Amino acid sequence: MNEAVNIRVTVNGEVRSHSVAPRETLADFLRNALELTGTHTGCEMGACGACLVLLDGQIVHSCLIFAVQADGAVVETIEGLAQRKAIAELQEAFHQRNALQCGFCTPGVLMTAYGVLARPGVPSRNEIRDALSGNYCRCTGYEAIVDAIETAARRRAEAAAEPEPETAP
Amino acid sequence: MNAPLSFLDRPNSYIGRSVPRPNAKRLLNGQGRYVTDIVLPRMLHAAFTRSPHAHARIVSIDVSAARQMPGVRLVATGEDFARICKPWVGTLDHFKGMKSPPQWPLPIDKVVWSGQAMVAIVADTRAMAEDATEAVQVEYEELPAVVDIDAARSTGSPVITPEFGDNVCFRGVLDTGGVDDAFASACHIIEEEFRFARHTAVTLEPRAIVADYDPNEPRLTVHHATQTPYQFQDLYSRHYGIAEASVRVVAPDIGGSFGMKLHVYHEDMAVVGLSMMLGRPVKYVADRIESFVSDIHARDHRVRARMAIDAMGTILAIDVDDVTGIGAFSAYPRTSAIEGNQVIRLIGAPYRLKNYRAGLQVVFQNKVQMSQYRAVGHPIACTVTERLVDLAANKAGLDAFEVRARNLIRDDAYPCESPTGYRFEALSHEVCLAKLRTMMDYDSLRSEQRELRNRGIHRGIGIATFVEISNPSPAFYGVGGARISSQDGAIVSITPSGDVRCLISVTEQGQGTETVIGQIVAEHLGVDRDRVKVITGDTEVTPHGGATWACRGAGIGGETALQAANKLKANVLSVASAILQDHAGKLDIRNGWIVDASTEQQRIELAEIARLAYFRSDTLPPGTQAQLSVAHHYAPQGYPFAFTNGIQGCHVELDAETGFVRILKHWVVEDCGRIINPLLVDEQVRGGVVQGLGAAFFEECVYSETGQLTNGSLADYLVPMAFEMPDIEIGHVETPTLDTQLGAKGCGEAGTAAASAAALNAVNDAMAPFGATISQLPMTPARVLKALGHI
Ligand code: FES
Ligand code: FES
Repeated sequence: MNEAVNIRVTVNGEVRSHSVAPRETLADFLRNALELTGTHTGCEMGACGACLVLLDGQIVHSCLIFAVQADGAVVETIEGLAQRKAIAELQEAFHQRNALQCGFCTPGVLMTAYGVLARPGVPSRNEIRDALSGNYCRCTGYEAIVDAIETAARRRAEAAAEPEPETAP
Repeated sequence: MNAPLSFLDRPNSYIGRSVPRPNAKRLLNGQGRYVTDIVLPRMLHAAFTRSPHAHARIVSIDVSAARQMPGVRLVATGEDFARICKPWVGTLDHFKGMKSPPQWPLPIDKVVWSGQAMVAIVADTRAMAEDATEAVQVEYEELPAVVDIDAARSTGSPVITPEFGDNVCFRGVLDTGGVDDAFASACHIIEEEFRFARHTAVTLEPRAIVADYDPNEPRLTVHHATQTPYQFQDLYSRHYGIAEASVRVVAPDIGGSFGMKLHVYHEDMAVVGLSMMLGRPVKYVADRIESFVSDIHARDHRVRARMAIDAMGTILAIDVDDVTGIGAFSAYPRTSAIEGNQVIRLIGAPYRLKNYRAGLQVVFQNKVQMSQYRAVGHPIACTVTERLVDLAANKAGLDAFEVRARNLIRDDAYPCESPTGYRFEALSHEVCLAKLRTMMDYDSLRSEQRELRNRGIHRGIGIATFVEISNPSPAFYGVGGARISSQDGAIVSITPSGDVRCLISVTEQGQGTETVIGQIVAEHLGVDRDRVKVITGDTEVTPHGGATWACRGAGIGGETALQAANKLKANVLSVASAILQDHAGKLDIRNGWIVDASTEQQRIELAEIARLAYFRSDTLPPGTQAQLSVAHHYAPQGYPFAFTNGIQGCHVELDAETGFVRILKHWVVEDCGRIINPLLVDEQVRGGVVQGLGAAFFEECVYSETGQLTNGSLADYLVPMAFEMPDIEIGHVETPTLDTQLGAKGCGEAGTAAASAAALNAVNDAMAPFGATISQLPMTPARVLKALGHI
């Protein structure tokens, strides 16, 4: 059953048609066929979180999903989120706080953080640590990541509380 | 607003300032370029058939079916590589009597650990190559596996390399004399047996390599996820007989290394050979299971230790015996003896200790190689020492801080020497101890502990002092014959636009090397940091140097950059003085302008000097030859190592019913000399602490009696995750080394060096009311329950 299958997926806003092997994971498809190498693989078994992407708005492990299962779906990767400036304040907070070292976990961590920020209110440090429980980072020791997400969440909450400026900056 | 101006207020003052990393932005946008991501034209993929046995003779190999599999381009065995690759032996001359068998990329007559790569397949895709690995037929004759370190040394044990006669790779002895007398006269003797599991680096990006051999010139280009590109340039050149200048090793973004990616791996050497056989690029990326069975493992020690003290709690003598298991051979080119050697040399190092004796046995066994990983030997030495000190405190009725205050080397005693021959320029144990006490609010923690104990809540407080080796001279490897440089090189240039490029041999794995080098160059040259571009990790571009390991990047690489920048500045000022017809000594550079040194008045822009020098040399005064590039090398001189020191504290809560330990908080006070970027130093320390806490509570490579690794996946091997890790508070003391102008020492291993020791002391403190003790890492819930007598 190695016949290639044709799939159509909307990835980062673009419709992509490809023929894929049934055993090819979504992670491999994104990295190899679409050259979206921001999605990483660290375990290929759902344990490390390096491969997280958005599939129809849900954060999923792209290493656990076959590319064929994404047929007809909408996928967004780190490149897409970055390009449409959906995580700009997180990226800025991560940069200032040095919440990454080698950066290999970072795309997955930012996906999780994006999910955290989508919820209302400012999460506690424990809630942030809990949300990160599926993201393995060998370099940072996590604290800077928690700090950066906390900062971004607080800024977002503050911005939401302020009245709209009358003119664009 | 009347605060006096500090040095940080000067223009272009960057050393000592927390600035973010310019190169982090790429990574934050998913635009990293890791070796895993690299694709070259006509590239093929390698996979390996691996040995299912820990120890077996290879009777026959049949690859005919594998060759017929779809997409397969090449199947190669040990004999194919032996024809083109010189074997390697992991010994160093200064370890007398050390032995290790020769290694080839793939084995020829026997396999010596389970998971060892046996046969290489190259195919159009990785999946096709993997499919073909299953079609390889190997007939093995199983041999008894040597697994346990005691069994390995017992008479009658099977010998892994029969020519050696036994399974001992290296024996080390240190003896100051006086130990037996000290024990005979001691008031108390403390004795403990410690066990330290094997664990492994688990970098999130596994090992990855793309080798591209072009037979026409010939030349070899290797994109290699490593810390040490020059070391590999040398090795590929010598083992495959390619001229060194025709070998290029590029280390782009690396997804974590921690010492693991600077050793020779059989698969990596094989990939180079495969590319030579095919004349095409070949890529190999280890998957997670392959990482567990083929990356170096770390530690694996059993230490028996005794300490003699007098009635006042003064340490009189230490006597230790360390046995460490290293796998079936010693790693190359750094060997597997450094770890044990550092254990026995660092035990007792923070203390005024005169009488010391240590024995070391480095033992072969049928497991994957054990070798250097972050904080080589330090956590073992620190844990043994600090646990003994706590036990001594108990015997002498002293508090943990008091026993250390009585025994630590005094801050005014430097320079001095350890009983094991380490020379200390200047350390700061006493200041650090006092600072930690304040940061922890130790007295309140103790009273809270007493109060909570009455309510059945068992918290523990542990502290651990440490000494760390950084900035190594050739005393580390060079004297042993290894072609591993302790010097670094930099080329710094002014570009025609007046920007600055620094090509330097130290490398980046996310710790911030390029940022720190940029800060140093910008400050010493007098330009804005944004105008300095730092380039690392390509042997064809940067001068030869040691690169980044053993905490040498900032100390040695930083001094190299500093001296190079000073040289270049002198060159710039000499051209400026010719143009301005003024004395160079009266000029300076600030913010990219040549200024009058005393008035800071701007005279001519650096960019204008560069324009004239590069494009209008005809307008320069006769005889002016502008040298706007300098190449500079720096090798450490003076002390053979720049020792650093510090102390850590750990606060835990023990659930005596379940054996679970929650880490509430962790503190570190450390002294890495001149701090170049506090933000980056703190994050190095935090990352290091968490790796130490992983070793303390979770991480263990578990082997069966037959030498099978039983937990080689991220579902089974536990790593520290965000939820279990505490916030870590960090304090600094700065005692710069006077061996360099920069004054920086290393900080990357400080966190790992003492975190597990502080944790072990904290757990023992929590268990004290139960009369229980533990001396084995990791402290899994089962082991804690066992110590408590519950199971
Ligand atoms: S690669 Fe998908 S979770 Fe690790
Ligand atoms: S930054 Fe390296 S794994 Fe997280």
